[in-house]
Amino acid sequence: MTQEISPHRRKGWMSLLASADAARLETLFARLDAPPAHEWLRVPETGGVMVRGRTGGTGAPFNLGEMTVTRCTLKIAGGTVGHGYVQGRNKRQAELAAKLDAMLQTDAAEQVEERILSPLRTERAARKDARAAKAAATKVDFFTMVRGED
Amino acid sequence: MTASMTPDTTDIYSGGFADPAVASAHGFRAAMDVMARPGTWRSLTGARAPAGLSEAAATLLLTLCDPETGVYLAQDVDSAALRGWLTFHTGAPLVPATEADFAVGGWDALMPLDQFRIGCSQYPDRSATLVVELPERRAPNATLTGPGIKDSARLYLPDSAALQRNAMLYPLGVDLFFTSGADVAALPRSTQITQGG
Repeated sequence: MTQEISPHRRKGWMSLLASADAARLETLFARLDAPPAHEWLRVPETGGVMVRGRTGGTGAPFNLGEMTVTRCTLKIAGGTVGHGYVQGRNKRQAELAAKLDAMLQTDAAEQVEERILSPLRTERAARKDARAAKAAATKVDFFTMVRGED
Repeated sequence: MTASMTPDTTDIYSGGFADPAVASAHGFRAAMDVMARPGTWRSLTGARAPAGLSEAAATLLLTLCDPETGVYLAQDVDSAALRGWLTFHTGAPLVPATEADFAVGGWDALMPLDQFRIGCSQYPDRSATLVVELPERRAPNATLTGPGIKDSARLYLPDSAALQRNAMLYPLGVDLFFTSGADVAALPRSTQITQGG
């Protein structure tokens, strides 16, 4: 029942669900036809994780800082297991993220992709562009006039 | 995580504590009680591990292990499913016997006893705790005396001679839990053992 999914694809939707706005996710979730029932494997719990980075993506790892993360694991009807890791302390969002992660591994994937992931993806890209545009507007170009040097 | 990396996903993820805070408090109370009263059996339930580990041992692991405690799984209980289960529920790293904070398995599989850490005189707490799986609760074959025991207590020990040597190392040495089904008993290093009796 669980088909092979590339880690790269799954990483993509986990990231999207983790950083989504909780209220927006709830609205989009309501558009699904029949969200399955679930059984908890790990009830939502909030904790801190150390975010680490590498300079240029290749340098030595360094600690960027701690952030709050809420995670949970559940099993939907049919036996597929889903994990939800979201930023912040919203347990409902973690639950939705886990449920969607499970659904994306089943036949419901197409519906979730179309009604939830693609709007979220568009919105995230728009947010990113708006921010980049705002930053670009403040860009200052320095240039030097020809100085009257002999 | 893709399906190919995990042997049987349902086994790994299920069997955790239904209410982690309450269940681990109960588990800790049971572990503390039996350690404080060597030779006393108490029931310990709440967790279900994949095949090969008793309920008491599984509950003990979920209660005591976290990402900072190295766990050694002896050959008779070691399986991909159990490794996955332990990692998912506790995050505890799996380490060789010589570095273990907790070691789990049958008595014969855990031997020799001297491969485990016994602490050092500055830090006697840096020692291993063994969770010994007993297939059944056998008739007692040893008499225990010492702290936490009013007169004497009786307990079945798999190898009294080896455990007497362990007690002689006091204040160093390992501490042991014995688990059988849903029951747990303990033998701290401070207990004096007399064979038979």
